[in-house]
Amino acid sequence: MVKSLLWPLNRLKEAPSLRPIFHHLAVWAALLALALDVYLKDSGLQPPTERPYFRYFLVLALIWLVIAPLIVRSPELKAKALAKDNFYAVALLLLAILNVVTGKYTLIPAIFFPTPDRVLAVLVEDFNYLILVCLYASAKLLLAGFFSGALAGLITGVAIGFSKPAAYWLNPLIKILGPIPPTAWIPIVLVAFPTTWAGAVFLIALAVWFPTAVMTGSGILNVQNAYFEVSSALGAKRIYQIFLVGIPAAMPLIFNGLFSGACSSFLTLMTAEMIGVKNGIGWYINWQREMLSYANVYAGLIVIAISFYSLITLFFKVRDRILVWQKGMIKW
Amino acid sequence: MVTAAPQTEGVIAIQGVSKIFPHPDGSLVKALAQVDLTVAAGEFVSLIGPSGCGKSTLLRLIAGLDQATTGTLELDGQIIRGPAAERGLVFQNPYLFPWLNIYNNVAFGLRARRVYKRQKHLVARYLELVGLAKFGLVYPHHLSGGMAQRASLARALINQPRVLLLDEPLGALDAFTRMNMQDEILRIRAESLITMVMVTHDVDEAIYLSDRIVVMTPGPGQVESVISVPFSRPRARNTPDFLSLRSRILEILNFAGRLDEPAYQI
Repeated sequence: MVKSLLWPLNRLKEAPSLRPIFHHLAVWAALLALALDVYLKDSGLQPPTERPYFRYFLVLALIWLVIAPLIVRSPELKAKALAKDNFYAVALLLLAILNVVTGKYTLIPAIFFPTPDRVLAVLVEDFNYLILVCLYASAKLLLAGFFSGALAGLITGVAIGFSKPAAYWLNPLIKILGPIPPTAWIPIVLVAFPTTWAGAVFLIALAVWFPTAVMTGSGILNVQNAYFEVSSALGAKRIYQIFLVGIPAAMPLIFNGLFSGACSSFLTLMTAEMIGVKNGIGWYINWQREMLSYANVYAGLIVIAISFYSLITLFFKVRDRILVWQKGMIKW
Repeated sequence: MVTAAPQTEGVIAIQGVSKIFPHPDGSLVKALAQVDLTVAAGEFVSLIGPSGCGKSTLLRLIAGLDQATTGTLELDGQIIRGPAAERGLVFQNPYLFPWLNIYNNVAFGLRARRVYKRQKHLVARYLELVGLAKFGLVYPHHLSGGMAQRASLARALINQPRVLLLDEPLGALDAFTRMNMQDEILRIRAESLITMVMVTHDVDEAIYLSDRIVVMTPGPGQVESVISVPFSRPRARNTPDFLSLRSRILEILNFAGRLDEPAYQI
């Protein structure tokens, strides 16, 4: 009875043996998408692009799907890529459907829902402006805000963790100011700072400062006292205990704080750009929306998704490197 | 192998020491009352007694982690005012720093005293001493209980303290690891000849290791009697003398059982 109920699950478990078929599935999906694009006629309601970028994209995907398994030698990488085959197949099918719905039959308004062709055209033709101007401006603002906020948060947290008077004065400040969403400060920041750029850096720093300070403080306060006792019996003075016992022991929680800080810094960056700073990828999206250039809006969103994804991936790489001692102790 | 501290160093003098703790309900608890004790240079002394007898409190006072309410504690004529590298400390839980590998755990004391650059050759030597030469790059959570405790011993010993304070160091280990570790401690002691004060509630362990055993009783914690162990080393755990000393200590602690009133007659 139970066995028969679990039958579909058992089928899933057997999936690895069906790998070659799934692999074909992704290739078939790419071929299907290509066929639909070639044989179905455009509705003519979407502005045409200079080149068939979506077709180029599908051909590149197809080449990669066929060639990659042949040139990748490491069995580990091979298995990793093969495991993603289902995902690739479904993603390609969804793109094919999107292409048909927007470009071939135009079932939804062309002005808000451009074809993949048009979005790709923006990414290719507007690359210099999107990446070298807008993304660069956003990155500069984000990094300046993130690192100053993280530093301020670490200092505040360490002060709270190690000094009773600092905790007495800083804790209420954090409890009252911390929960205010950074963007709510915009009216004040716009008048208090000499430039909107400095104001935006401040807002992002504020977004990172709050969770970092709270987590660093509580991380240090939660370190077992025995570690401090042991280190003092080994001859460690106060400063040494702060930097070589307190902070390393609190590192897992500090990274939790930095991570929530990073997430809210993305949000603050976008809002700050849309409201005050007349530059950056968030501002670009807002500007293009006002001009009803939705292909550019989607292109901007794709750039944001890829860059934030890369930043978060980088963040986790750094964290895993520093918290290597936790391997096998705590699952994240 | 390890340079021995001169045997005139490591004299602990405890005079009229009492310790009063505030209880959470507002009252005061007397954990130690009027303890006098002198530990000679290079001596191995065990503090034994049931829980609440103040043996750990006394050890923490010697370590300088807590301050005595009355009385004085001195090491080589100097009043103990706080924790210092001259008094090494090993707890029941090894408390290895989990973010440092074993090498860096052992090197911690050298770095804390800012002598690492000059003395880093000691790290390998002390890892060797406790049999962990091959485990320097390993993180603490990969070690078994016995190995972790050996690393913690090496970490305390690398400072070449005058006194090593051991708070139930083998309490968390299984019986066989424990007996191995007792021999290990004796071997380390034979090589470094430092004064050792150990808290334990294992009578056999106390007799096997100590020159003198300080038997303490609770409510408030005080020294009931101090027993010299007259056996030469190495010792056997099953000689009649060993067993009779064992029953004498158990009698002092009222744990010998009631042989005068058998529960049933044959």
